[in-house]
Amino acid sequence: MIIKILGSGCSNCAKLASHAQDAVDMLNLEATIKKVTDMQEIMAYNILRTPAMVVDEKVLFSGQVLSAEKIAELLKNRS
Amino acid sequence: MQFIKDFFSLLNDVLLKMTWLQNLVDMLLTKVFGINEDTYLFGSLSFFIYDVIKIFILLSVLIYMASYIQSYFTPEKTKRVLTKFKGIKGNIIGALLGTVTPFCSCSSIPIFIGFTKAGLPIGVTFSFLISSPLVDLASVILLASIFNWTVALAYVLVGLVIAVIGGTLIDKLKMERHVESFVIEAKHSSGPIEEVIEVKQTKKERHLYAFEQVKEIFSRVWIYVLIGVGIGAIIHGYIPEDFIQKILGDKNPFSVVIATIVGIPMYADIFGTLPIAEALVYKGVGIGTVLAFMMAVTALSLPSIILLKKVVKPRLLLTFVGIVTIGILITGFLFNAFSGLLI
Repeated sequence: MIIKILGSGCSNCAKLASHAQDAVDMLNLEATIKKVTDMQEIMAYNILRTPAMVVDEKVLFSGQVLSAEKIAELLKNRS
Repeated sequence: MQFIKDFFSLLNDVLLKMTWLQNLVDMLLTKVFGINEDTYLFGSLSFFIYDVIKIFILLSVLIYMASYIQSYFTPEKTKRVLTKFKGIKGNIIGALLGTVTPFCSCSSIPIFIGFTKAGLPIGVTFSFLISSPLVDLASVILLASIFNWTVALAYVLVGLVIAVIGGTLIDKLKMERHVESFVIEAKHSSGPIEEVIEVKQTKKERHLYAFEQVKEIFSRVWIYVLIGVGIGAIIHGYIPEDFIQKILGDKNPFSVVIATIVGIPMYADIFGTLPIAEALVYKGVGIGTVLAFMMAVTALSLPSIILLKKVVKPRLLLTFVGIVTIGILITGFLFNAFSGLLI
């Protein structure tokens, strides 16, 4: 599983990345988390707000810094 | 009728002006700390304590309520609504939605690109981007608490007009060619736009979001509030009126220009500028001068201009800055000229 955190580097993006890491640890998932700050790459995903979370090339959510628990719930539900 | 007026007047005094708080603070300073009411120290301390508490309370409550309401107005919904309007109506709706849609300046690029990809004219996007930082639910109410509702509503109206005219002008001047090429390419290359799944929020999640917003904004802003109130307190207590009048008083036609020029490169939160504005008006500075300063600080911030520079070419960026600046200057002159009617 490849998780990408899209954001141009403000504090919200960093928070989301750390919540994502917590969620992955909680569920014991085999996942790598990448922080994407390049605008052109971010643009390719059609989102309007940063930060956003992309899992295996599909946007899970955007514009919110969800808690680790909520992220874990979403990750569980998609599989 | 009079009863209703009195009722609202009372609500205004209790909730927004918090006259009870001012009296409490003054009583504390004189009775408990024994400070003489006529001293500069009293003037400054009283202003500082009262204003810090008042702003912190209002900030928390207003941001909570505004964020809760704003959780219903996502940029995604805004984009969908805006695609249905043509011409100047698009600019007007864009400006209106800009005031209620929450977003931090780091989102201005994704929003700009997203709106453009959806086919919205860049003028509409700019109307949105201009009104968003300029007119914000919480700060309008704070303005009403410090000055009065006439000023607050006039500020909203003028902000919206600047946003609509600015956006329309940018469209009329055919500035699309000044958008960075990769944005246009993205527009043409993407296939049918997949609607990003919006995570629907429950009421409980909205409350949680509002609470998180209060925490986050508070932690970002408290230092600006303290500094702002501190400066306001010093102005209030120690700096003599005629000194301020000489530099910024509304007899000085350049005061609006100075206020705007000083404000543009500054980056502080609007909550920090309000107490300074309050103190200056108290010392006789024209309300237009003060509003121009506040608008310059909020509408044109260095971070968002740096971000915008990545998606628009210099010509368009300058046009944007130019239009907003002229709008602010006109606002300043207008408010100064009509200040008799407003305050």
